[in-house]
Amino acid sequence: MASTTEDAPATLPTPPVQVLYCEVCSFPLEYCEFGSSLTKCKEWLQEEDIDLFNRYYSEEALQTKLGTLSLEAQTKLEKDTAKKEAKAAAKADAALKKKMASQVTIKRIERNKRKHVTSVHGLEAFGVDLKKAAKQFAQKFATGASVTKNNQGQDEIVVQGDVSGEILEMIEEGAGVLKGIPVDNVVEVEDKKKKGGD
Amino acid sequence: MFKKFQPSTDISGQTSVKSSVQRSLRANVLAQWNINPETLEEFWPKKEPITLVKCREHISIYTLHGEPLFLQHYDGPMLPTLRLLHKYPFVLPKVGVDRGAIRFLLAGAPMMCPGLTSKGGYLPAADAAVPSGKAVAIFAEGKEHAAGIGITKTDTEEMKRVNKDVGVETMHYLGDDLWTLQKL
Repeated sequence: MASTTEDAPATLPTPPVQVLYCEVCSFPLEYCEFGSSLTKCKEWLQEEDIDLFNRYYSEEALQTKLGTLSLEAQTKLEKDTAKKEAKAAAKADAALKKKMASQVTIKRIERNKRKHVTSVHGLEAFGVDLKKAAKQFAQKFATGASVTKNNQGQDEIVVQGDVSGEILEMIEEGAGVLKGIPVDNVVEVEDKKKKGGD
Repeated sequence: MFKKFQPSTDISGQTSVKSSVQRSLRANVLAQWNINPETLEEFWPKKEPITLVKCREHISIYTLHGEPLFLQHYDGPMLPTLRLLHKYPFVLPKVGVDRGAIRFLLAGAPMMCPGLTSKGGYLPAADAAVPSGKAVAIFAEGKEHAAGIGITKTDTEEMKRVNKDVGVETMHYLGDDLWTLQKL
């Protein structure tokens, strides 16, 4: 089990144990087999470090790993892992699809005759930190930009002034935190105040 | 405990900890864990301010530069995070579960006595028995590193004798939301 034991000398600090984590599933290498992406983990490790790969996935290693578990339980476990993997893959797929389908709306809202605010909605679906994005807008346009909840209770960024065109450009070039948003998913809308409104 | 944990909804506030409270924290850790002050100094230098992150259900997480170090449920024992435990595996008493139990452990289930007492499992010997309500590191058969952190429900001798029901309550395990969350 643990390689370091309690033989730490009284005055010297014990150095930390370096644990290698799998870059695919973030588990320590030996636990990859219980994760939901074993095949990917295996591929990654094979490229990364063939020695370690052999240590964990060679025939012998697999033999000793069986341990006290019966063969029957082992096959069941393998089946479960495969199932889990398929499930995770499907889930990731669905998440990606949803992401691709979600839209970013840039809305120009008229406040009075020639003053506007711009609201940007839907950025969070693309893994953008709204607070950071708001800060970026505020810095770039030298105006106020804040994260607020809209009527539906969803977060959106409200920027003072009509900057819809500039925001679109920023998204196109992927400035700062606005990286990786497909331009096709961005829509510009204009929201005019109704006649007779206050 | 951390099976479902969303920073946006589950964290109620972050505060930096007063130095007097830090001192008592430090004393607590030294008293509860098998660790010497020098080693503690390694990952938690005296000068560094620690942050208390309060979460739902009386969970407190202590972070250093955004990295979670300890957690505490209500006023229970101090627990290290798994990443910290991997670096210093000797700080908590060990228990081991057999291979069959690993997948349940990684799904967050509490550890049942038979999994601890069976051939692949491991419980401390009678002279080093762990009383109930203590933090333990949960290791797994054939694995080098810990897979979870739990709190004993009964003392380990009792587990051997009764060999039924929950032995160790799992608090934090590989792949839970606190594990995925590397920074707070």
